[in-house]
Amino acid sequence: MGKKVAGSGPCSRIPDNSAFKQQRLPAWSPSLTAETVLPFFYIIGLVCVLLGVALFLTVQKIQEIQVDYTTSGTCDACFEMRSNKMSASVKCRCSVDFSLKENFQEDVFLYYGLVNFHQNLRRYMDSRDDGQLVGRTTNLKNPSTYCEPFAYNNGTPIAPCGAIANSMFNDSFTLKYLPPTGGVVIVPFYRTGIAWYTDKNVKFRNPQIENELLPQVFQGTAQPFYWQKPVYELDPSDPNNNGFINEDFIVWMREAAFPSFKKLYGILNRQSKAIFEHGLPAGNYSVTISYNFPAQYFQGKKLVVLSTVSWFGGKNIFLPIAYIVTGGVILVVAVVLTVVYIKIGKKGLNMEE
Amino acid sequence: MDSVTLRLLSWMGEVVCEPPNNKLDRFVGTLYWKDSRYPLDNEKLLLRGCVLRNTEWCFGMVIFAGPQTKLMQNCGRTAFKRTSIERLMNTLVLWIFGFLLCMGIILAIGNSIWEEKVGKNFRDYLVWEDVLSNSVFSGFLTFWSYIIILNTVVPISLYVSVEVIRLGHSYFINWDRKMYYGQRDMPAEARTTTLNEELGQVEYIFSDKTGTLTQNIMVFNKCSINGKTYGDVYDEFGHKVEISEKTPCVDFSFNPLRDKKFHFYDHSLVEAIKLGDPMVEEFFRLLALCHTVMSEEKNEGELVYQAQSPDEGALVTAARNFGFVFRARTPETITLYEMGKHVTYQLLAILDFNNVRKRMSVIVRNPVGQIKLYSKGADTILFDRLDPTNDDLMYTTSEHLNEFAGEGLRTLALAYKDLDEEYFADWMKRLHIASTTLENREELLASLYEEIEQDMMLLGATAIEDKLQEGVAETIACLTLSSIKIWVLTGDKLETAMNIGYSCNMLRDDMNEVFIITGHTVLEVQQQLRRAKEQILGSGRETANCSKDAEKTEQYRNDSVFEETITSEYALIINGHSLAHALEADLECLLLDTACLCKTVVCCRVTPLQKAQVVELVKKYKRAVTLAIGDGANDVSMIKTAHIGVGISGQEGMQAVLASDYSFAQFRYLQRLLLVHGRWSYYRMCRFLCYFFYKNFAFTLVHFWFGFFCGFSAQTVYDQWFITLFNIVYTSLPVLAMGLFDQDVNEQNSLRQPKLYEPGQLNLLFNKRQFFMCTLQGIYTSCVLFFIPYGAFSNTVRDDGSHIADQQSFAVTIATSLIIVVSVQIGLDTNYWTAVNHFYIWGSLTVYFSILFAMHSDGIFRIFPSHFPFIGTARNSLTQTSVWLVILLTAVICVMPVVAIRFLRTDLYPTLSDKVRHMQQASRKQRPQEQNLKRVRRTSSRRSAYAFSHQEGYGELITSGKNMKAARLFPAPPTGRIPGSSSWIESLLKKRTEMASGAAVGPLNGSAERSKSENTPVQQQHID
Repeated sequence: MGKKVAGSGPCSRIPDNSAFKQQRLPAWSPSLTAETVLPFFYIIGLVCVLLGVALFLTVQKIQEIQVDYTTSGTCDACFEMRSNKMSASVKCRCSVDFSLKENFQEDVFLYYGLVNFHQNLRRYMDSRDDGQLVGRTTNLKNPSTYCEPFAYNNGTPIAPCGAIANSMFNDSFTLKYLPPTGGVVIVPFYRTGIAWYTDKNVKFRNPQIENELLPQVFQGTAQPFYWQKPVYELDPSDPNNNGFINEDFIVWMREAAFPSFKKLYGILNRQSKAIFEHGLPAGNYSVTISYNFPAQYFQGKKLVVLSTVSWFGGKNIFLPIAYIVTGGVILVVAVVLTVVYIKIGKKGLNMEE
Repeated sequence: MDSVTLRLLSWMGEVVCEPPNNKLDRFVGTLYWKDSRYPLDNEKLLLRGCVLRNTEWCFGMVIFAGPQTKLMQNCGRTAFKRTSIERLMNTLVLWIFGFLLCMGIILAIGNSIWEEKVGKNFRDYLVWEDVLSNSVFSGFLTFWSYIIILNTVVPISLYVSVEVIRLGHSYFINWDRKMYYGQRDMPAEARTTTLNEELGQVEYIFSDKTGTLTQNIMVFNKCSINGKTYGDVYDEFGHKVEISEKTPCVDFSFNPLRDKKFHFYDHSLVEAIKLGDPMVEEFFRLLALCHTVMSEEKNEGELVYQAQSPDEGALVTAARNFGFVFRARTPETITLYEMGKHVTYQLLAILDFNNVRKRMSVIVRNPVGQIKLYSKGADTILFDRLDPTNDDLMYTTSEHLNEFAGEGLRTLALAYKDLDEEYFADWMKRLHIASTTLENREELLASLYEEIEQDMMLLGATAIEDKLQEGVAETIACLTLSSIKIWVLTGDKLETAMNIGYSCNMLRDDMNEVFIITGHTVLEVQQQLRRAKEQILGSGRETANCSKDAEKTEQYRNDSVFEETITSEYALIINGHSLAHALEADLECLLLDTACLCKTVVCCRVTPLQKAQVVELVKKYKRAVTLAIGDGANDVSMIKTAHIGVGISGQEGMQAVLASDYSFAQFRYLQRLLLVHGRWSYYRMCRFLCYFFYKNFAFTLVHFWFGFFCGFSAQTVYDQWFITLFNIVYTSLPVLAMGLFDQDVNEQNSLRQPKLYEPGQLNLLFNKRQFFMCTLQGIYTSCVLFFIPYGAFSNTVRDDGSHIADQQSFAVTIATSLIIVVSVQIGLDTNYWTAVNHFYIWGSLTVYFSILFAMHSDGIFRIFPSHFPFIGTARNSLTQTSVWLVILLTAVICVMPVVAIRFLRTDLYPTLSDKVRHMQQASRKQRPQEQNLKRVRRTSSRRSAYAFSHQEGYGELITSGKNMKAARLFPAPPTGRIPGSSSWIESLLKKRTEMASGAAVGPLNGSAERSKSENTPVQQQHID
């Protein structure tokens, strides 16, 4: 009891005198004093307000027009036709007219938008096979079980499999400019360069089999149920934009976070025609739609959106407003805190000895 | 002896006795041997822990061993100790589980409705699985999906983290140099890792006395001889010098028989002796003669005194060093070595000590033939029996006694008387007759004693210091300032306990009243307690507010308000007999109420089990955290019963330490254990828990909000990998570092401002309200985390026009915001940024971004395409200004309200801790000036009287010669006693049947392990 271990010195069990063990580590102890908190509040408040104003001005400069073409223009007929499953494969074209009040400067982007389409359902989002989409030949013929029930068509593997691919948006648009002088100018759009670089070059790859062309590679697979053409014929105009690396397909496969979303369709080709060199001129336009995607099932809407962008992105008014409001509130609170501090709390922290 | 041992080997007998029990004063058994029966009772029993003295060996038989001994039976059972925070934590986790179920149900109902209203339109794109038949069933499945997804709200990793933090705190206790006792090479030890934060919540301390508050060492400190005090040291200007290590000791080298451990600092006394002052000589002669000490001289000149009480030992040792060496005694003689020559006195009578007489006398005949009576005793008693000529001296001595008492010393007055030969012969005759009568023997003897102890001449007074452990008074003062109530539970006598109470400043003269409960029956005790209570409360305010059940907190609050209104200070002292009655079911409430109204409570002569019962009583009704501290085997039960048991690792064996949760070598370390380690532990644990709950809620509830936008489909917001790593990798270490290292105020201020301890006692830092606040903050954060990005993402694109409102970018944005917000929050919560905190906080952020980019990299996707589908998301979203603007806005909205509220709170309602922090920071700029706790100096006029742990009966033992051994070295002729007789032990035990110190059987041998027995005057000896 209490006996020392033989051979140890008289103070052998004395704890080390290190700053760590004695809990004396040098440390910085900040505290919320008026000198730090009040200026901090003013600065943050000002920064927020200024940012908000700057954003607001930026957003004001962005031009955007949304055209709902679900049933408008000549599209009622197509809408009705698509309601009927029997006529699913019958082609239907319609057009909607609209006008731009002012010039759309610089780059103009064409989006299609869907309202009330839930790309964010869990089972929907899971229903894909990234292994197949990255071009693994084994996965091509053996789609993941996650794709069920869109994995096999009567025993033939579906490529690309899954609910997302199956429900791919397949309307196509032709934008026509109707100059006041008369005539029709088709607005040219780049249909590539609309997907993320990483998606186009890493995440989505066509399966490669030596000396085989794309259709041959996809031999033995079926196209998804709702598709009208196989995956290797998605873009007849550009052979390099087919298969899994078709950019429309890639864009669709990046699921939107919310039920209402817009996805990029094309970017204005400003080089090809002089009239569009500085963007879209104001005036009347008509968009012709190859109306394939049924909207009545999900009771949603379909939109065409034309928009310019800024350094900050698209025309989203929420963020500037939120910044201004936050900044304003913070400034008000800062004033309140200052008043409280000066009136009441100034000597609250002194020790009454 | 060998032959005896051999014969004993063949001895055959049988003992039939009662089963093991915890009654210390009762034993029934029968020994069967050679067809005869010998009754065995308590007097033939040695309890465990007894120590043989003046007897080298004895034969015995072990009746009970180990857990069956009466001592161990007194120990109480070991209960599993858990902290109140842990219990609260368990409740909260259950609540959270309920909350989880609620969320699951809400979302499941939402899913059913959604499937019915919206989902059915979507079924062309997402056909129902075969198992699904209707939307209700879908809702049911969704419920389970959400239980799985939202399970992170139940903090499973909390338990692990809590244990890690406690382990760390335990190590900090072990490592504390300021709790290391160099003299015995004894560091503090946290023997459990589960109770640390409760050290910050202690409200009641139950302390043992001997060995815990005191060192159990008596020191002859001062004396007053013939109206002159000795013992103080003065410098050349006549100022009193504080005695320290450096003060030169008196050199006793003139005396070959001196005790080298004895220190005295006043040189004038030795000079007086050397000058041959007759009064001084008589004074020390008295000390050398009037006692019941036995001496042992193993080698020439090496005297060892066996004193029944350390006080007496101190006095005899003092006399020895001053040249009046008590060398040997026989039943009839006492041999002194007086200033260099042997003198043998004839011992004529010992007028023994008892509690009523409060004095003892011897009558001796000196070599010249004079008969003298020497008496020592309580001043009040002795002063009444002085010769009237002594009045002046009595007056001066009385003043000196006041002075001594004021310093907390135990005082005794000494007097002598010359006896007339004839008168003495007559008296002796009457004494003899009286001692042989059967009836009223005690009274007859007492009156005879009284008769002869009259008209004595005062010699002076002695002052003995019952040495407190270092820093006890300061520690107690400091702990009292922290609103900790200290109760002393001791096996010692009332007087001794009170004396210590006074010297540790627990009892003071300026107290309004000290109630002493000494009733022998239930009624008496009840009356005394009730009277005390009425006096405190003022009569007519009879409140029976002690109830076990219902609205305990409410009642408790009333109680404390109640207790605060009593401004005057009272003390309660209760002895073991009364305590036994007071602890009965119908009186315990009264006892507790009264005791809690008093500033100081002292229980004396209590058994180990009673100690535990008192602790249990407070635990049961007061809902307070209790701490028991002790050093001996008799404290084990109390240590085990209290929420926290602290063992003093002293000389008294290891039982207390082994049963304890924390152990260290000195009582004063308790202050540091509670006010520094305990407070920090509690503070850290509370901050840790708050943050942990906040973090989990902020993290998980985002899924809940997202449920309303994803058709309640149990889609997760975050990447699976993020969910996996969030709690383990991204956020665990900063909060762990805070839990381990955070300090709101530094240790000096923790000790200097004992009031800082109070939030812990009131459970302010983590309770249900705090829990709601932090979960509310978590819910708010999750709301902001979800809805700000939602608003921002609903119609946005990248700066190159491609879309960014996809689920993966959204996930990355929210996850990044979350990480940043919780990191800022931990930054706000951390008050003490050590290098480790910096490393962990910045490191966690770095690790988050590294892992994020690694998991979203091309390489890892090429290897496992289906496991890392987030390829490129980090790159594509986090390079966007708009994403960072969203993150910034989210962080600002989450954090600013917290900062504002905290600022307002510290500004408008600053806690003491805030103030001390403020002061600490202000003083750091200047230069900290050391201000020690003012030393509490006690001023008391109270005399300790005969505060000896003295027993009656030793005088008789000596005169009967029963305890005399074969005197090998005695210069006096050996008496013809049977050597090694152990019978004196029995008779001794007879005298102390009421002695309540712990220890159980193991009688007829002495092999019981050494353990503490307060003032048990039996010294152990092993039999080989």
